[in-house]
Amino acid sequence: MSEAVGTPQQRERATTIYEKGAPGRRAFVAPALDVPQVDGLIPRALRRAEPPKLPEATEPEIVRHYVNLSKRNFDLDSGFYPLGSCTMKHNPRLHERVAALPGHARLHPLQDPRRAQGALELMFELQQALAEIAGLPHVSLQPSAGSHGELAGVLLTRAYHADRGEQRTKVLTPDSAHGTNPATVTMAGYEVVKVELDADGGVDLDDLRDKTDDQVACLMLTNPSTLGLFEPNIEEIAAIVHGAGATLYYDGANLNAIMGYSRPGDMGFDIVHFNLHKTFTQPHGGGGPGAGPIAVSDRIEPFLPRPQVVRRAPTNGGPPTFELDEDRPKSIGKLRGFQGNYGVFVRTYAYIRSLGAEGLQDVSEVAVLNANYLLARLRERVGDRLPLAFGERCMHEFVLTGAPLKKELGVRTLDLAKRLLDHGMHPPTVYFPLVVDEALLIEPTETETRETLDAFVDAIAAIVAEAQTDPQMARNAPYTTPVRRLDEAGAAKRPRVREIL
Amino acid sequence: MSGYTGVTRADLEHMLAAIGVDSVEELFDSIPAGVRLRRPIDLPPGQPEQDVYAELRRLAERNVSAEEEITFLGAGMYDHYVPSIVDMLMSRSEFLTPYTPYQPEVSQGGLQVMFEYQTAISELTGLPVSNASVYEGPSAVGAAAYLAKLTNKRPRLLVSRGVHPHSRETLRTLAVGYGTTVQEIALDDGVTDRDALRDELDDDVGAVVLQQPNFLGAVEDVASIATAAHEDGALVICSADPLTLGVLEAPGNQGVDVCVGEGQSLGNRLDFGGPSFGFFAATDAHLRRMPGRIAGETTDVDGRRGFVLTLQTREQHIRRERATSNICTSQALNALGGVVYLSWLGRQGIVEIGELMLQRTHYARETLSELDGVHKLHDRPVVREFALRLDAPVQRVLDRCAAAGINAGYALGRSYEEYDDGLLVAITEQRTRADIDRLAAVLGEAVTAERRTSAKVAV
Repeated sequence: MSEAVGTPQQRERATTIYEKGAPGRRAFVAPALDVPQVDGLIPRALRRAEPPKLPEATEPEIVRHYVNLSKRNFDLDSGFYPLGSCTMKHNPRLHERVAALPGHARLHPLQDPRRAQGALELMFELQQALAEIAGLPHVSLQPSAGSHGELAGVLLTRAYHADRGEQRTKVLTPDSAHGTNPATVTMAGYEVVKVELDADGGVDLDDLRDKTDDQVACLMLTNPSTLGLFEPNIEEIAAIVHGAGATLYYDGANLNAIMGYSRPGDMGFDIVHFNLHKTFTQPHGGGGPGAGPIAVSDRIEPFLPRPQVVRRAPTNGGPPTFELDEDRPKSIGKLRGFQGNYGVFVRTYAYIRSLGAEGLQDVSEVAVLNANYLLARLRERVGDRLPLAFGERCMHEFVLTGAPLKKELGVRTLDLAKRLLDHGMHPPTVYFPLVVDEALLIEPTETETRETLDAFVDAIAAIVAEAQTDPQMARNAPYTTPVRRLDEAGAAKRPRVREIL
Repeated sequence: MSGYTGVTRADLEHMLAAIGVDSVEELFDSIPAGVRLRRPIDLPPGQPEQDVYAELRRLAERNVSAEEEITFLGAGMYDHYVPSIVDMLMSRSEFLTPYTPYQPEVSQGGLQVMFEYQTAISELTGLPVSNASVYEGPSAVGAAAYLAKLTNKRPRLLVSRGVHPHSRETLRTLAVGYGTTVQEIALDDGVTDRDALRDELDDDVGAVVLQQPNFLGAVEDVASIATAAHEDGALVICSADPLTLGVLEAPGNQGVDVCVGEGQSLGNRLDFGGPSFGFFAATDAHLRRMPGRIAGETTDVDGRRGFVLTLQTREQHIRRERATSNICTSQALNALGGVVYLSWLGRQGIVEIGELMLQRTHYARETLSELDGVHKLHDRPVVREFALRLDAPVQRVLDRCAAAGINAGYALGRSYEEYDDGLLVAITEQRTRADIDRLAAVLGEAVTAERRTSAKVAV
């Protein structure tokens, strides 16, 4: 590699914080020892002889290091991020401000509930709001993310069946499911049974009927599906599943499409998880934190995780108080420590208060409008090379197939995605759902303007046009990013997962 | 149109025309009539930003935070000082707002942070491999037990009663799913009873789970427990407090196979319990069974150093029902806070802060246990937390202390029936000798007053 080529970031060799600084440098200044020094408090055998080799750097060095690192990231605040199934909507900064108020941020999770009434009130009100949005009466805020909510849901299903004296063995998931669904099923001790899709991308009812027997504990479904399609036979699906005594689980990853139009509870679902880091705009943080509360029907309620936040009306007519109810004898127990990711609840609560009922409906309307507009514009410009995989329209996201582009021009979906990086946009989700060849799953979200959507269409059209004359450009892209295509196979073959010091 | 969406009338007409429909409602035609919501969502109307701020401030003011009292409450999360650079870096858009780094070419910042974080956790724990974070402490213990199940398929799990009650309960909740029975090993004078452990160990035990320091603050002899467990082929899982690992021996040097723990004490806020992060480190043998994301070093096509998510064939999005875990979104931003904090603390600081906690904890324990009606619950070495017994009703004593502006700690009776008279007191670098002396005065008065009250009742 010539030193003279490339962008300034490309010319700079990546160095870690461990390679910076010098022996003896520091940022931390320890508070003075203000008690008598006593030696030998820890027996020698239990005492560490060699301290961990942490960095030795000053505060300015640390700040410069991490600020420069941050500049090697693409982020939602800088540009369009249509990552399907991830709902990359704007993250209001109000949420960061209110979450940082000391009354929230420095509140200890084991504080006496009588002195944490504001937090418990917020959690109770959030439970109520999420119950209304889900159309299911009971909410546990505890799970830490969507997949954690799924695990809660399948364990709830197990407890529900066990309580009736049944030990069922199988859980159904459609072909288009998120990978977390089957992985969760295995962790909960069930066998995964895949349900086929029909020609329109919906659940194949005949296959579902064939596979639904008295050993099926649950069907896990995403609706709208990961193909961006509302399940047209949802009522029939619910009837089949409930007819066999199984529960119906709703993967809430795509809830952003339907608020104000339909609710999982009204569709017949027993258990729903929310992704507060999707629909309710908790910032994704480069891979978390999130939160995955669940809402459930009456028959599942006795098994909800401990503790539940409850409101008690005092007998003397004073204001209500809020408590943590640990006395839940049929509960599946705890899925984690304390009460859940409260900081995420604060942000979600602020979001729901900001938008209100109308605003949440507006979210779904604009999300679906934006997706359909983007789809229409792409079909008009590049529909022959990147056709829609199923149907005519979509909900809040849609799946294109790059199969013709690959076949006709030798440019894969991966190449298209990498070339988009040179246009300053984050690519859509690629190669998911698995049922679509060379898939591109595109979710623009409601917070993008028409101008941004148009610019994305122009970028895609430019890449496809370029591929017709010079397919190598896409195949070797990107060119302008801090690094270019990385050797992932080599990384997995000879894993280097830490700096050797 | 809210402040977050921007479809003008002109936009709407243009967009609907492009789509070929007459209204937005038409786009929802695929929702069957039978499952439609035929009324508005029943929630209050939206509010301007300033009103929402006022409402969230009102709620915050109904909480008594560590800002408003002198707190000795710990029991799994601790009131450590969070340096300003952690706030600053965690709130940068470039770290705050991206997704999981699925496109490594534009995610080098986040990926390198993961790599640096993994290095720091590996150094702290003395184990060669770390993942990029799991949800939090107790679920990390659960994830480690699942790794043990994947490793040796054995049906029993032994967990010390010194492990955090939330971790033990999480273990039991999750183990129901994969069919492992969880059995507790009692404590003897504050630490895991080694004889009881040996009695229960057999070749059907998949793992032994312990905590360092344990829930009562006592330092466990991890190495001897590990030796016993290994004799029967069980894995050793240790949940460790990372901020004590500057002064306590690294679990990796004591025979621990998997070291996990709660990362909150590393630069993360209390946040009423989350979000924080869980860490997960193990021996090389378990690298391909680890849950969650792992960043690895590699090179790009031009030979530049770079980082990617690696060993993804473990993960749910590739391996689906055969994945080693279902975890997807975890706690990357909180782990960033962790590695920035550890960089700030530095090689000397991690020892200094441990030593400071050690000395002040010793001072506090000796001072408090000299009070009338206050005794040590055990005599074991402690680093940052210790357990006392009170000759007075603990909750009533805590109420009296709270009235004097002191949160004296955690009533052990909340989770241990055998320690109904127990009080767990935590020390951080934010609790000075003056704070400890104030606690001693207030606690002494409270215990005396409550003993007098109960004596009267007895008469």
